[in-house]
Amino acid sequence: MTAKTLTSSAATTGGGLLFEGAEWDFETVRRVYEAIETIARDDLGLDVYPNQIEIISAEQMLDAYSSVGMPLMYAHWSYGKRFVRDEVLYRKGYQALAYEIVINSNPCISYCMEENTMAMQTVVIAHAAFGHNHFFKNNYLFQQWTDAGGILDYLDFAKRYVAGCEELHGVEAVESTLDAAHALMGQGVFRYPRAAKLKLAEYERRRREKLERETREYRDLWRTVPGAAAAPSSDLSEEEARERKRRLRLPEENLLYFLEKNSPTLRDWQRELLRIVRNLAQYFYPQQQTKLMNEGCATFVHYAIVNRLYDKDLISEGVLLEILHSHANVITQSDFDDKHYGGINPYALGFAMMQDIQRICVAPTDEDREWFPEIVGREDWCAVLRDVWANYRDESFVRQFLSPRLIRKFRLFALSNNASESSVRVEAIHDSEGYRRVRSALADSYDVSANEPNIQIVDVNLLGDRPLILRHTVRNGVRLAEADREATLRHIGRLWGGEVRLEETPIVRNA
Amino acid sequence: MAHFVDRRLNPRDKSLGNRQRFLRRTRAEVKRAVDKAVAERSIADAGKGGSVSIPTDGIGEPQFHLSNEGGERVYVRPGNKEFVAGDRIEKPGGAGGGAGREGSESGSDKDPFSFALSEAEFLDILFEDLELPDLIKASLKDMSAKEFRRAGYSNDGATPNLAVLRTMRVSMGRRFALHRPTGAEIERLEAELAALQAKAVPELADESRIIELCADIERLRRRQRSVPFIDPIDVRYNRFTPTNVPRAKAVMFCLMDVSASMGKREKDLAKRFFILLHLFLSRKYERVEIVFIRHTHEAAEVDEQEFFYGRETGGTVVSSALKAMIVARESRYPAADWNVYCAQASDGDNSGGDSQACVALLAEAILPLTQYYAHIEIAGEGATDGDGSRQTDLWLAYAGLKEAAPNFAMARVARRADIYPVFRKLFARQAKQGTAQ
Repeated sequence: MTAKTLTSSAATTGGGLLFEGAEWDFETVRRVYEAIETIARDDLGLDVYPNQIEIISAEQMLDAYSSVGMPLMYAHWSYGKRFVRDEVLYRKGYQALAYEIVINSNPCISYCMEENTMAMQTVVIAHAAFGHNHFFKNNYLFQQWTDAGGILDYLDFAKRYVAGCEELHGVEAVESTLDAAHALMGQGVFRYPRAAKLKLAEYERRRREKLERETREYRDLWRTVPGAAAAPSSDLSEEEARERKRRLRLPEENLLYFLEKNSPTLRDWQRELLRIVRNLAQYFYPQQQTKLMNEGCATFVHYAIVNRLYDKDLISEGVLLEILHSHANVITQSDFDDKHYGGINPYALGFAMMQDIQRICVAPTDEDREWFPEIVGREDWCAVLRDVWANYRDESFVRQFLSPRLIRKFRLFALSNNASESSVRVEAIHDSEGYRRVRSALADSYDVSANEPNIQIVDVNLLGDRPLILRHTVRNGVRLAEADREATLRHIGRLWGGEVRLEETPIVRNA
Repeated sequence: MAHFVDRRLNPRDKSLGNRQRFLRRTRAEVKRAVDKAVAERSIADAGKGGSVSIPTDGIGEPQFHLSNEGGERVYVRPGNKEFVAGDRIEKPGGAGGGAGREGSESGSDKDPFSFALSEAEFLDILFEDLELPDLIKASLKDMSAKEFRRAGYSNDGATPNLAVLRTMRVSMGRRFALHRPTGAEIERLEAELAALQAKAVPELADESRIIELCADIERLRRRQRSVPFIDPIDVRYNRFTPTNVPRAKAVMFCLMDVSASMGKREKDLAKRFFILLHLFLSRKYERVEIVFIRHTHEAAEVDEQEFFYGRETGGTVVSSALKAMIVARESRYPAADWNVYCAQASDGDNSGGDSQACVALLAEAILPLTQYYAHIEIAGEGATDGDGSRQTDLWLAYAGLKEAAPNFAMARVARRADIYPVFRKLFARQAKQGTAQ
């Protein structure tokens, strides 16, 4: 088998190159994949889920865009809205499509566009099928919060369940529940681990069993037995309020979870829809927290791999140049006063930081020795990076590893803006007094929990007009955006079936 | 080892369901946008689908998110060139700013939402609950009828369908294959026999030859009997299979006045009416032919391009167009096979006395053979529908017809935006159903 592969590759590529020209075919892609796999495994020590590489057309890429990148998704009008918008942007040329989409699943699915040249397919495979894949499999957040093996089955279940509900209860009813649930997606995640979560498939099995048991054991007669009714109506004392909160486990920041469990008006299928949305929100939560690292990791990996391929004389100089050209485009960082500036480019900063860690390991300066004593001079820079990829998220990664050298290179500076003043103050720049301030401010900006409103359910009255009381803890005087706040509250009201109040209370800032 | 999958041939339109859900949700808004687009667009683009914009009100996806304004914030930006710590930068436009590049969240975006409709979607929405008046000869709901069409041969069938030539061909092949003696062969032997028997003095050799010939003839005759000339297995019948064919054929005559009295505005309005009609028909019916007749003081049948964009000026004799239409219909569209529709656009001007001629033509020659005749009159800019400021000659003459003929309709159009409502009214599904016979 090996001999055969060797001869066939030798016959088609002549002087040891894996491929020539821009055209690709499956045989070539497979050959390149194997060469990349060897490097990823032996040189970089990556540990990946089995790969499934799917070639798709531009139209299918648009489809994938609209269903938040997932290969299958339940039906909802908002995905149609995304589709028609992306379609216009793409057709008019405002927006190019991505070269690839990769899904955190086991096996790890990477979509590659058929338009890519062979050189681009090489990058894409190294980037997605090894870079992202390694990150998904090894980063602690993904390990803790997502079930890569079960997600596709769960989506399949969700899709069928939603379709079933639409048939039973009508498209409009399902739509309005999903609308409301989507509005709370940001408040539908657990930010701290609780009891060990069930595998999604396991959960689905239990749910079905429970439903069957209830159907089997249902006796209408029990309803008529007197005695259980007549709940003690009473004026609620402090004691009872405390007891109530304890029983409902208030305060609760996962709004979807609370409504799913406690809303008095929702029907069973609606609770299940809420749970589906909540599970999806939870599945995507790690991705929001690791965008910088995830892209940095993948970009670093593809850069290392294609250079290694070139060193081993497996790709030609022309191909390397083509790859480097697109690589350079990807990692461009424009200045804040540039008209193309759109925030800090996660590819640029992530890649630069990964490379910087490698440099600190192998060629440290005195400054590095002072700032990063623990990794300076480590020969096995691959192991250092693998450790970083496994154990950090964007916020902690920046706080730990952003070096003065990079702050100088990007010329980062921190600004503070107080609404009550007429000018913005430059807090710190790339000098020895400023490094730590800049680094800490940048790390804060990657802290998802600090950039999302902190909203909790603090009290509820299950009797009477049952008002649900929410509290937004205002940090640094930044309140909720007005219009969306009202609209979202209306959605919560729909799910709760009663009055919903939101109070915004500032916390005392300890300076 | 990786798994490679080629997804390119997977079924398309995975997002179609979601797209339809979106369109259904925004139906009213999209419809308003489409109507507006039709009223404003240039003629050539009218039916082409394309981009529409709708307000974002109904399709927002609100979420709690922090406001862009107020409070204290710290940002980090790249590309510092001149600042040192402690510098102060004036905010653009006073309070609130500072984070000018932050960009608005999707939810708070008040710009209209634009997206592209396909041609089919566009037209479907445009022609929603609009229908041609009843086709009298056949319901157009079931456009196609079954008809028996020749489809080769079969081994069984009814006698009238016997395919004689094919039967003979098969029979001949069988006869050759089984060596059936031909009549000529036997005749030759019989002639020889007769010649021998006719000899006055038979020789000994002749005797034996006669016996031989008799036996041969007897054998051949027997063989001829046992291999029939036409065997039941030779018989072939013409085969007919039922095929779907469009049953109702319709022809639409578009008549337009392009004389000097029709200014640019009038022509433009008339053109729009026909555009809609044209779109509507080519969308709704597979077999519809359209004949364009324009007229000044004389009428001519022209192609679509000429009809809409050609230049011609002169007087106005409306009846010339009606005559041209009658000629075309009689020569090419026999009433037995075609449903005839007619739409006429004019500014109401006509040369003296001709209006009565028109009415006569319509009442006697055209309306009896026409399913539906729509007349729109382009009114002056300020006029409103119905009781216009100026009752034109033609309008008054035609008004009399309205009573007598239920398949005659007329309406006035003054502004571009009037066209579509008038069009709707003329072809409204319910209104005409009862009146057309």
